[in-house]
Amino acid sequence: MGELKLMKGNEAIAEAAIRAGVDAYFGYPITPQSEVIEYLMAEQPEERTGMVVLQAESELAAINMVYGAAAAGKKVFTSSSSPGISLYQEGISYIAGAELPCVIANVVRGGPGLGTIQPSQADYFQSTKGGGHGDYKLYVLAPASVQEMADFIQLGFDIAYKYRNPVMIQSDGMIGQMMEKVELADQRPRWTDEEIKQMHDSWAAFGKGDHRERNIITSLDLDSAKQEKHNHHLQAKYRRMEEEEVLFEEINCEDAEYLIVAYGSSARISMKSIDLARAKGIKAGLFRPITLYPFPMKQLNAYVGKVKGILSVEMSAGQLIEDIKLAVECNVPVKHFGRYGGMIHSPEEVLTALENLIKGE
Amino acid sequence: MMDIKDIVKEENLVYTKTKLMTDNILSYCPGCGHGTAHRIVMEVIDELGLQSQTVGIAPVGCSVLAYDFMNIDMIQAAHGRAPAVATGVKRTMPDKYVFTYQGDGDLAAIGTAETIHVCNRGENITMIFINNGIYGMTGGQMAPTTLEGMKTSTSPYGRDLKSMGNPLKITELIAQLPGTYYVTRQAVHTPAAVRKTKKAVFKAFEVQKEKKGISFIEIVSNCNSGWKMSPVKSNEWMVEHMFPFYPMGDIKVDGELVKSNKAEVKS
Repeated sequence: MGELKLMKGNEAIAEAAIRAGVDAYFGYPITPQSEVIEYLMAEQPEERTGMVVLQAESELAAINMVYGAAAAGKKVFTSSSSPGISLYQEGISYIAGAELPCVIANVVRGGPGLGTIQPSQADYFQSTKGGGHGDYKLYVLAPASVQEMADFIQLGFDIAYKYRNPVMIQSDGMIGQMMEKVELADQRPRWTDEEIKQMHDSWAAFGKGDHRERNIITSLDLDSAKQEKHNHHLQAKYRRMEEEEVLFEEINCEDAEYLIVAYGSSARISMKSIDLARAKGIKAGLFRPITLYPFPMKQLNAYVGKVKGILSVEMSAGQLIEDIKLAVECNVPVKHFGRYGGMIHSPEEVLTALENLIKGE
Repeated sequence: MMDIKDIVKEENLVYTKTKLMTDNILSYCPGCGHGTAHRIVMEVIDELGLQSQTVGIAPVGCSVLAYDFMNIDMIQAAHGRAPAVATGVKRTMPDKYVFTYQGDGDLAAIGTAETIHVCNRGENITMIFINNGIYGMTGGQMAPTTLEGMKTSTSPYGRDLKSMGNPLKITELIAQLPGTYYVTRQAVHTPAAVRKTKKAVFKAFEVQKEKKGISFIEIVSNCNSGWKMSPVKSNEWMVEHMFPFYPMGDIKVDGELVKSNKAEVKS
């Protein structure tokens, strides 16, 4: 059993990054995730593991520092919150185009614009449908606990290097700020330069030896036919992720007549709602996508013919619901419920929405 | 009768292209200074034996494809972000050599914040800045460094300082920051200028070796296509108009502002 600690989600993800043997963190403070860089600066990981922590002058600079370090084959992590993630998008598109591994955490707050500093899930589209320009996908993990904030760092890097693709951990202000018990993984050593050379010599830019051609990190190809071929390669990678890397959780779904589909904080709240529903004799279950992309399409489609209705519970104005509808191909009635703009729904509000769905309202 | 094969022999070579330049055909317009600037940087890296230890950062602009010509590991950065990318590389590999290669639009307009802050942090890298007073790649639009009255496709009646702002002397500006160690302005239009620039690039990599902070080399160059002149005419025009505003020479050496250049800052 690993070390147990009581931590904020933002602190847990920072500590997990040190323990995962991350080489560098670049970031810019923004509420509600500034604890990530504050924790890292206070911990002095340069002393503990040699991990570099740098406060950039802007989100634009931070994400491009990530791009540079990832291009050199280094394990690199960054975090921000919604308006900052909007500024990241150009860099994320380049990172995805150049096929660089990295992990980016978005502790989502209410929007649009400067919005609010309270929790929200309104960045679902931004995380799962592109965000930046061009056809690309991020692998998107949605933690529903402080424990998952910590666990998804290592999982995120495993996927990021397996596919050479950026990974997004889409959390929110509630998971980031709340304190829970967390079991921390043991310290992993950082990769040595020799290990990086062995693993990433075929693509990373850390200095060209005589034994190989130069490595070029770029997303540019002025030859459109080649660029299309590169796009085909990216799409094949995303299809493979869709086949092999979907994660989800089912709670009380075996005999369910009605499903709540929710992720992250909304899933935490909805766990209570299905208990309240069951106490009233409603056979309700919770289906929780853990990967928002790839979305558990087939797994949710399996409920077609089994459930009478689905409620999409999200702290956004109807984003998750689009993937649910695609998954069930309009064969099950799907309704949306959610508070947004920084407001959080109560379990009772979710229950009322479920009852309204059953009544056909 | 002597055959050409009898002449082209290793022992008869008086000049050869550095092996750090690839055989790819340069995408620059004939007459442009970029090719010479590329060659100088690659010659220095070759002569110092740093190929296996160097990572270059290419910008967006005419030199976006620098990685096609420079035979070293390279990273192509988003427009203006080369200094941030270089920071990411250098901070995680402090013993490697890192340089950025940027034009005036990239370095002094869209990337001004990254330029100022990389210099202010004194990241231990080398920055090569090609200033030709125009956006070459996009077809000759006004740059932050475009001179007063200079005609471009977005200042067709000449740059009007009142409505379009002043040409930016970014090099004098960053020289004021404590993080910069060596700041100089050079050119590549004559053999003498090429020799001076090469000396400056050597010095810059030496400074990086000694981990003393930023070396920043501005190379004032021509853009014969963008300026709509012949290569020769453009170089004459450059000497006549660009050099008075962007004077040649060292601005900061060993972390100290050069006295003769302190006056230039005011002009």
